[in-house]
Amino acid sequence: MSWLDKIVPSMSRSNNDRGNSKVPEGLWKKCVKCSAVLYRPELERNLDVCPKCDHHMRIGARKRLDIFLDQDGRQELGAEIEPIDRLKFKDVKKYKDRLLDAQKKTGEKDALVAMSGSLNGMPIVAVAFEFSFHGGSMGYVVGEKFTRAATLALNENIPLVCFPATGGARMQEALISLMQMAKTSAVIERLKQQGTPYLSIMTDPVYGGVSASLALLGDINAAEPGARVGFAGPAIIEQTIRQKLPKGFQRSEFLLDHGAIDMIIPRAEMRERIGSLLSKFTNKPAA
Amino acid sequence: MNLNYLDFEQPIADLEGKIEELQLVGSDNDLNIGDEIAKLREKNTKLTESIYSNLTPWQVVKVARHPQRPYTADYISRIFTDFDELHGDRHFGDDKAIIGGVARLDGKPVMVIGEEKGRSVNDKVYRNFGMPKPEGYRKALRLMEMAERFKMPIITLIDTPGAYPGIDSEERGISEAIAQNLAVMSRLRTPIICTVIGEGSSGGALAIGVGDQLNMLQYSTYFVISPEGCANIIWKTVEKAPLAAEAMGVTSTVLEELGIVDETIPEPLGGAHRDLDLMADRLRQRLSAQVDEFSKVDMDTLIEKRYQRLMSYGN
Repeated sequence: MSWLDKIVPSMSRSNNDRGNSKVPEGLWKKCVKCSAVLYRPELERNLDVCPKCDHHMRIGARKRLDIFLDQDGRQELGAEIEPIDRLKFKDVKKYKDRLLDAQKKTGEKDALVAMSGSLNGMPIVAVAFEFSFHGGSMGYVVGEKFTRAATLALNENIPLVCFPATGGARMQEALISLMQMAKTSAVIERLKQQGTPYLSIMTDPVYGGVSASLALLGDINAAEPGARVGFAGPAIIEQTIRQKLPKGFQRSEFLLDHGAIDMIIPRAEMRERIGSLLSKFTNKPAA
Repeated sequence: MNLNYLDFEQPIADLEGKIEELQLVGSDNDLNIGDEIAKLREKNTKLTESIYSNLTPWQVVKVARHPQRPYTADYISRIFTDFDELHGDRHFGDDKAIIGGVARLDGKPVMVIGEEKGRSVNDKVYRNFGMPKPEGYRKALRLMEMAERFKMPIITLIDTPGAYPGIDSEERGISEAIAQNLAVMSRLRTPIICTVIGEGSSGGALAIGVGDQLNMLQYSTYFVISPEGCANIIWKTVEKAPLAAEAMGVTSTVLEELGIVDETIPEPLGGAHRDLDLMADRLRQRLSAQVDEFSKVDMDTLIEKRYQRLMSYGN
């Protein structure tokens, strides 16, 4: 995870396990933002949003889809796609071993989970990034799974909703990762040409190659409150321009103010707001 | 140390020095040393051949970034005729890191777009060292959409250390600008031929790099993150950049094997900067042939092939 510090240095690493119920941390949890000590069952009822300061804590991909989709009729897509170490990449550690570690830690094969299902009865396809898998980075599996999910949405003409949470392209897959940017952007363009809605709801954080491809190509680009979204990480920008960055730089509120996103959607309103948007885009009656 | 030569080229520089000395002596004296000079030249060619037949990925990166490496402007003036440069994104400004305009390639109208690093110090500052901001990519997109309307093939020349990482760049939506180019280039109904001429760094390179054909000059380089950036993240020091270059496979040899690069265009002995006219002529011939080839393809077929090619990346 150390490479991520370079991109988002102020990010608290202690947050990485949130939403991962396999790590027992007791009944209490401290909010990283306001330091309030929170009762875990209550926090979970509140969708991992701090009831004291409204800080939206990071949650895993499965939990994200679980609180978003209707309970019935979910089907996972592309679960069989496995990462391939085409370059036999090795640094201080083999990429193959890094993958195995990440798989053990998260129980996922790679950093994206895709599902078909419904939202208030409307059929949709939804995908979410697993940030705790290799920093949610996009290599072949993420690109391929996203593309297959989007192709299903295209063929069935049903909306696609994506929740990015990522440090960017995965450098261990080098140019193959870079090309996933072109691949995912191409399928999104087909959705756009066909008039099939694509919504990108950015969750903390979204950087690099994913930000410069699928994350900012939505018919609607939205973000959770306080999410950090940018192309270059703050450390890189500070090194380049040798200036301190303005307060709130690259936060959702900054993005909204600069015209990069349509709206900020609190987690508790996610189903309702997206349902309302999609019902209009698809000319369905209000829920 | 001769700064016109890279560190691993110093034996070549030494021989060149000797040849120059002998030439001076030759013009001062009546001594016939022509034979000696010819021998040294031959030796020098062999030495260069042997050094260049065995470059490490990191050495290729150095050649790709050589201070005398030909840039976009050098190629435009040699490859195309009747070049009319077009400026501005129509929203914010004109990005000098990207040069674009209409021109003729062997008589045929084309749209040419390339990233330009700038040669002199002043020029580098003017060109922002070849690091485009959102307005650069939006200018490129405007010109590419224009090319589609007027049925002109698009030629792009890639050479950038990356999109500019700065506050203004972020404020004006650098991510969105890059993403938009990737999306639209995937469906533009005109042939798109992309060539990495020097350094293809990450999203800033790909943003003018989606098309029907991807060429790389022999000693150019293409990566998802610079070897220094990668080394800094993994080994916590840029000193390990040579290892990072090795691990990531940044040369056309590896990228052709991965099925990402279609063609490697050979460079003159010792790199493109040793014989710019020869390099430009080779590139012109290949671009011209490729334009002809893709112009024959039915447009629906071309677009479907481009799409399937994008879909196949990594399979």
